[in-house]
Amino acid sequence: MPILLEKRQVVAPGDLIAEGDYIAGDNTYKEKENIYASRVGIVEYETKRVDVVALKSFYIPRMEDIVIGTITEVGFNGWMVDINSPYPALLRASDVLSRPFKPQKDDLPQVLDAGDLVVAKVASYDRTHDPQLTVAEPGLGKITRGQILKVTPTKVPRIIGRKGSMISTIKQETGCNIILGVNGVVLITGKNLEDEQLAMKAILKIEAESHTTGLTDRITQMLKEENIKKGGKTE
Amino acid sequence: MSIITKVKRKQIEQLLEKDNRLDGRGLLEHREMKLELGLIERAEGSARVLLGKTEVVVGIKVEMGEPFSDTPNEGVLTVNAELVPFASPNYEPGPPDENSIELARVVDRGIRESKMIDTEKLVIEPGKKVFVVFVDVYVLNYDGNLIDASALAAVAALSNTKMSKYEIEEGEVKIRSGYEQLPLKKHPITVTCAKIGNKLIVDPWVEEEQVADARISFAIDDDDNICAIQKGGRGYFEPSQVFEAAKIAKEKAKELRKKLNW
Amino acid sequence: MNEKPEKLIDKKGLRLDGRKPDELRPLKMEVGVISNANGSAYIEWGKNKVIAAVYGPREVHPKHLALQDRTVLKCRYHMASFSVQERKSPAPSRREIELSKVIRESLEPAIFMEYYPRTMIDVIIEVLQADGGTRCAGITAAALALADSGIPMRDLVAACAAGKIDNTVVLDLFDTEDKVGSADVPVAMMPNLNAVTLLQMDGILTYEEFEKAVNMAMDGCKTVYALQKEALKTKYVTTKGEEESKEEEVEE
Repeated sequence: MPILLEKRQVVAPGDLIAEGDYIAGDNTYKEKENIYASRVGIVEYETKRVDVVALKSFYIPRMEDIVIGTITEVGFNGWMVDINSPYPALLRASDVLSRPFKPQKDDLPQVLDAGDLVVAKVASYDRTHDPQLTVAEPGLGKITRGQILKVTPTKVPRIIGRKGSMISTIKQETGCNIILGVNGVVLITGKNLEDEQLAMKAILKIEAESHTTGLTDRITQMLKEENIKKGGKTE
Repeated sequence: MSIITKVKRKQIEQLLEKDNRLDGRGLLEHREMKLELGLIERAEGSARVLLGKTEVVVGIKVEMGEPFSDTPNEGVLTVNAELVPFASPNYEPGPPDENSIELARVVDRGIRESKMIDTEKLVIEPGKKVFVVFVDVYVLNYDGNLIDASALAAVAALSNTKMSKYEIEEGEVKIRSGYEQLPLKKHPITVTCAKIGNKLIVDPWVEEEQVADARISFAIDDDDNICAIQKGGRGYFEPSQVFEAAKIAKEKAKELRKKLNW
Repeated sequence: MNEKPEKLIDKKGLRLDGRKPDELRPLKMEVGVISNANGSAYIEWGKNKVIAAVYGPREVHPKHLALQDRTVLKCRYHMASFSVQERKSPAPSRREIELSKVIRESLEPAIFMEYYPRTMIDVIIEVLQADGGTRCAGITAAALALADSGIPMRDLVAACAAGKIDNTVVLDLFDTEDKVGSADVPVAMMPNLNAVTLLQMDGILTYEEFEKAVNMAMDGCKTVYALQKEALKTKYVTTKGEEESKEEEVEE
């Protein structure tokens, strides 16, 4: 009853990964007694569960996810938000105002307008409705400054790193504050544009090379070298 | 598409397990078939087919026209299909959609590839003037298996088609009195199998079609050759089922050919 | 007007382009060629040049076409005006409309349609140069584009045609063979699941010839399938290579 492929082996949809009594994890599916890959990616497994870390995927909302989105439309009693997903999200006026919405008094574009960025949490979502967002928690709300970057959502865990090690390194070396939306949208806020761009460069590099080994060291090395270059300029 | 309930689907599948169908037919049995010829006198040929409640009328018009540039010594065959809006609650008026285009082209393929019409005998003046045969398929009531009903009506109408006699006098084409039968070599018969689970059924009824994974149609000529195939539907066939369906189609075409005396 | 060749297979058993009866034309595939699309692929199959791109899953427009329990799959197969010998009008022909339908039906079984209700997936195929077998090239490229876009699939769909020329069943007909030959049988399948998702035929074949042609085409599909997998997996290999050369740069 074997797992047929080694860890970190590259698979494409339809590749047979395991036969027998295993659990079909991420980006796999089970047909009869076989587990097949459903996306291009790398095989990972732990005891009874087989996963594929996908090369590319898109974001499907889940409850409680922290996401970063762009306001696309000011509606009648709320806003439509693009959360980098096939499904548009809804942010109700009453949620943002923290009280019932009064159409005569409240001017929605003044609060949030098309093009604004928000950090929000997915409050509700199921197969029959578009997701609803909330900003009624600390740390959520309108974003006023920083750089926005989009990565394929499947890479977000890699950018965070084991126990947050990767993201901590980047924050430390660039001095930036970084919010990673589960939906693949990243907000970087630093002291200056150069620092923000360095953080962006590091994150993009992780996305491109996420399937390789020794990545954490290479990223740390790259960041330190860039910092030395900058340090060199000031001298 | 009207929604077929899960309950109905289960019902159909359970019956099939016992080799039964909702209308009591065997898996490989056709519905009752009625064929009427020559009902449209204005047309050069016509036929009406009732396959169960599916009703199709085909009218043939034969006119004079130019041949195609790559076949200067052959007459022209052109097939069109219309899904008349009253044929189904789901049909809407408008230009031909993908379903009527597919239907027309599949019917065309069976006729054309079997070389049913002796197109060389349709030449009036080589390279300049030929007979153009218009086959127009009109679906009047959709109750499943339009392909087989339409193909049958088209072939029946063609075998009932008369063209005017003509003479070429001083370089001009003159129509004479009297008629000639359209010169025919073959009578292709099309048989469609639908796949539901691991069962193959012949002549699917509308509700069976909605539940089916996929369908496959074979046009068979008088010598048991296959001249056209079309798989349709959003599911798939296993290779063994493809070959099984082909064998079924051959058998059923033979049966029908005998019944129709073609 | 070109003259029709008398013989399609010579005394040595070779075809007009030098191939043996069971030989495929040369194939080249590349993934990720249209940067705006969610997924895309380019294929060169003999002289065929075809691009396929995928957008989605995304919101359905117009909204009333959305399905509550599954995604809507749309497919457009189109030939560029300059793709064929005699310029073709850009308006979709009846052939293109039929092919758009059968190609969509060949890809749908591979996609988990129920995963993304109320969304739409657009598959767009454009033939830039045609030399027989464009629907097979189109399906092959479209499957790559779907996989490239990250849409979950049961399996890739690989397509290949077989047919009959000069009384011999052969694999992968090019345009002249298709026009002058006596049968053409395009097949598409999901090889790992042993599922035939497209099967058409025009011509005349006995049952035995039909069986031979379908089996030959399915073997062709399996060869195409292996090439598709390679094309999808090269992204991983290339990045590793880049890495190594970057490390060399740093050392200098």
